[in-house]
Amino acid sequence: MAAEMLLLLASPLAGGAVLALVGHRGYAAEVNAGFAIVTFGAAARLVARVIADGPLSAFEEQFFVDSLNVFLVALTAFVAMTTSLFSRPYMRIERSHGRVTDAGMRLYHSMYQLFTFTMLLVLTTNNLGVMWVAMEAATLTTVLLVALYRTHASLEAAWKYFILCGVGIAQALFGTILVYFAAERILGAGIGSLLWTHLAAVKADLEPTVMSIAFVFLLVGYGTKVGLVPLHNWLPDAHAEGPTPISAVLSGLLLNVALYALIRFKVLTDGALERPFASGLLMGFGLLSVAVAAFFLSRQRDIKRMFAYSSIEHMGLITFAFGMGGPVASFAGLLHMTVHSLTKSAIFFAVGHAAQKNGTQLMDGIRGLVKVSPTIGWGLMLGTAAILGMPPFGVFASEFLILTTAIAQQPWAAPILLVSLGVSFAAIFSKVQAMVFGEPSAARLPHRPALVPVFTHLALVLLLGLYIPPYLADWYRLAARLIG
Amino acid sequence: MLQHYGPQLVNLLAAVLLLLAFAMLSQRRILSLINLFAAQGLVLFLATALVASITGQPHLYWSAGLTLLLKVLLLPWILHRLIRRLNVKWDVETLLNIPTTMLVGIVLVILAFNLAAPISQLAGTVTRSTLGIAMASVLLSFLMMITRSKAVPQVVGFLSMENGLFFAATAAVYGMPMVVELGVALDVLVASLILGVFLFQIRERFDSVDTRHLEKLKEH
Repeated sequence: MAAEMLLLLASPLAGGAVLALVGHRGYAAEVNAGFAIVTFGAAARLVARVIADGPLSAFEEQFFVDSLNVFLVALTAFVAMTTSLFSRPYMRIERSHGRVTDAGMRLYHSMYQLFTFTMLLVLTTNNLGVMWVAMEAATLTTVLLVALYRTHASLEAAWKYFILCGVGIAQALFGTILVYFAAERILGAGIGSLLWTHLAAVKADLEPTVMSIAFVFLLVGYGTKVGLVPLHNWLPDAHAEGPTPISAVLSGLLLNVALYALIRFKVLTDGALERPFASGLLMGFGLLSVAVAAFFLSRQRDIKRMFAYSSIEHMGLITFAFGMGGPVASFAGLLHMTVHSLTKSAIFFAVGHAAQKNGTQLMDGIRGLVKVSPTIGWGLMLGTAAILGMPPFGVFASEFLILTTAIAQQPWAAPILLVSLGVSFAAIFSKVQAMVFGEPSAARLPHRPALVPVFTHLALVLLLGLYIPPYLADWYRLAARLIG
Repeated sequence: MLQHYGPQLVNLLAAVLLLLAFAMLSQRRILSLINLFAAQGLVLFLATALVASITGQPHLYWSAGLTLLLKVLLLPWILHRLIRRLNVKWDVETLLNIPTTMLVGIVLVILAFNLAAPISQLAGTVTRSTLGIAMASVLLSFLMMITRSKAVPQVVGFLSMENGLFFAATAAVYGMPMVVELGVALDVLVASLILGVFLFQIRERFDSVDTRHLEKLKEH
């Protein structure tokens, strides 16, 4: 156990150090992909161990893997790997277009690995304080990447990202201090009072007033990173202005991981309080995010901005599902986390190449993709169909479960959800259709685009819509029981 | 002697901390703002060291030392260097409505005290009465970040918010475990270095470090 855990965290950390030195060389993209593959291998070994032996902990309980985070570890390492494969030709094309300097490439590759490291640290640590530190570090590793192109818009986006997430995450630190305060009264001072497993064992005895105040601060803090409305302002800008591989990992990984942190605290807060306080807040913020994002979607002109709003919408839907709680809704929420992450990163891969081919991110400038490059065109079309919840893709299954549970448990919310999903369907579908079909406007690229990751992700999403492997379903069920 | 007067001395230092937070809120000169930030760090160091000697918690001495190193020496030094190289050392910001800002600040303090009251009742620390002040200085730094339009004062606001949080941890639970405190300190240090790099990029692009230039990205 300890060996796999060590490799899982050491591989991206070492990658960050190595690439800080050689990140601008011609072979750097391969080195980057190599480290990502090793990390994924370690994650796969870890998952195999968990399948065989059940939940595990390592290094005096400082790290632990249970049914809630094991699939997120695998997902994070997987998407980090495929994105590094996509970024190989993508960044070469950007380099030959002269948009990135040598120093920029070093920064990009090194920070990519360190970002992966912080994500995996948030997921595997048992210490809620370390979780906060890693989450803040995740902002720090990506903030200079958002500003990589040094344009007016990208500098502005990065500044906004830094300030909003910095202020937000400070609130989460205060929440963490309060949780430690509540735990210290029972478990005594020291590191043990910050370990989630220890806290979960005594969650019913935690002081309810303190826990409810703490949860509000944590929701504001980590909710900013999840992109919940009205704390979402940084998200569309950061997604639109940074390099596309970063947009893909922000949407596919960072949002999920921030939500994961929130869920861990929800479990503790629910245990301490008699009434459904945390659930109500999550449902409210989730629903607001779905509704507001849906109506902003139709007003977008930049393709990456549009899909960023779509991420806000889906994170809202997942938050709402966890707020409802119960075995079905939590199961659906976990499934939706998985399929959204895979689909959205696939879409960003396709969008990235489409924007490179047309030399613009404005949707009016992108036309006739399917004629110039059938694979990019169909990749984008299928990805869009998947994210909009068309059967038989996995998103359909999870959205269907969330909607039917909402109709049964929270009938007041069902119409709002249905209208929002309808509006976003109309907005996204009409815009993507115009881009994929129609008269072409694209140029040739100096390097071959990477489309294997796009179709690998979409195939997995399709598979999850048709058949969920039994161990995966078991994890979802166990984790759903944990979430409550 | 120390057991007797110690807690009152901590309260006094907490009051000074609150006063400094208000002073930063109304300070228009960037150079003075950084000096106020350093003074805040110094008060924080004194308060932490005092709590450490009252309670005899060994790790609090370490975090007091860390505060002295990071918030009194290193960060102000980085900021001083930064404003000298950015050539904004003598800049004066035009702040609208200082009286209104102060009044909003007072409302925030009352809010913070009300919010902290139920928590400090439960706390068993000698410093529990200062939790309200800690929360108030977090909120005041937040207000400062909102009301400023230049980048450096916003950064100072961000750092002083972290000071407030650190004080809150000392007041409520005699500080977080050492691993966490080191991690937070590392994050703050890296954040200020990155911000430094970032400010140069902004200046290079816009010829000024006024964040009012950074308001183009909006929904149409």
